[in-house]
Amino acid sequence: MLEVINLGCLRGERLLFQDINFRLEPGESLVVTGENGSGKTSLLRMLVGLTPLFSGSIQWKSRPIDQMVGEYRRELLYCGHPLALKDGLTAVENLHSIAALAGETVSLTAVHDALDQCGLNACAPMPVRALSQGQKRRVHLAKLLLLKRSLWVLDEPLTALDVNASRHIVQAIDQHLRSGGIAVLTTHHGLPLAFTPQTIRVGA
Amino acid sequence: MNDSLGLYACCRIAQRDLKLAMRRKSDAATPLLFFVIVATLFPLGIGTEADTLRTIAPGVLWVAALLATMLSLPKLFEDDYADGTLEQLALSSAPLSAFVVGKIAAHWLLTGLPVAVLAPLLALQFHLPSSSLLVLSATLMIGTPVLGLIGAIGASLTLGIRGGGILLALLVLPLYVPVLIFGTGAVDAAAAGLGATANLSLLGAMLVIGFFFAPWAITAALRIALE
Repeated sequence: MLEVINLGCLRGERLLFQDINFRLEPGESLVVTGENGSGKTSLLRMLVGLTPLFSGSIQWKSRPIDQMVGEYRRELLYCGHPLALKDGLTAVENLHSIAALAGETVSLTAVHDALDQCGLNACAPMPVRALSQGQKRRVHLAKLLLLKRSLWVLDEPLTALDVNASRHIVQAIDQHLRSGGIAVLTTHHGLPLAFTPQTIRVGA
Repeated sequence: MNDSLGLYACCRIAQRDLKLAMRRKSDAATPLLFFVIVATLFPLGIGTEADTLRTIAPGVLWVAALLATMLSLPKLFEDDYADGTLEQLALSSAPLSAFVVGKIAAHWLLTGLPVAVLAPLLALQFHLPSSSLLVLSATLMIGTPVLGLIGAIGASLTLGIRGGGILLALLVLPLYVPVLIFGTGAVDAAAAGLGATANLSLLGAMLVIGFFFAPWAITAALRIALE
């Protein structure tokens, strides 16, 4: 369970938002909307613990996240704007190393399965350098299927994806929620999720 | 998986960095070629006077090694920072300092170790007595990881700053002075027949201190850069 109480964000001299409150039970999701520069990404970075809180608190299972860093991070999966892929490695090697660095050992079969489900089987042996923007994005999102985490924090997951891939991602999120996961995401696109998400608007 | 010390994480990141370096061999070879060329230019410029060459050898080789280590430092965290890997590492359940140590270890394997191995060969151009060759290699073996640890502090502090490379050099080179003094001191002492143990011990002490405190400082700087 994720609970955010009176969260405020100050960037430089500017107060981006304040008094953000929400509470997500297992199986619930939240869509953060707002204009460019309104602080959506800052909100997500605060949620995952990269940006320090200006005011308020964030609680995971009724405890502040900064008191249970290791435990919280083991349940957390953050997909930000940068794709965190290495150009010189193949899609398989990238996913394998992402999983290893996240502290999980995954089998090669599991990596291939995840790539398969993202429609990338043909690209598996190619260096990521040779892939298109959308394909890179798919490799990046394949880790949603690969790592078993209960809290997904996704920043604009549908950027650069075609209709098919977008549908796959929406299905993956639905599946995640059905199995008791929590998802927080920002998007400019309509997101036809099976469960109606909570929405919150940041900025003026 | 329980990995509270981060040994697994440390090995994985080192392994990944080495693999990436092998995919881009020219990048990995640049500091070494630089070291070889700089160390070769001095005898060519100074002439064949054996005594002069012997006197300047430890200093020249050490300064060349120090600059070669510097050359690849800005890259240490820059790529991971730019492509978002660093923030994923910061969010991993393994301690960030374990990743930092792993990256520095990989950096040392790619620059420090080969420099220490090449140095005795290059020292032959300086008419250095064969007894000092081993000492020279030993000082570099112990000294280059210290250079890497100190340099990584500078690299993390200048992360994401435009023109960070020059700033890094200004920040880090003064801190290299003690390592340089004791490193060259050991070779001089060995050549004079005094024994290099004292200097080598001091270098070893610096390595131990650096190993314990540098990762802590680097981690703090990286977290600030990621905010």
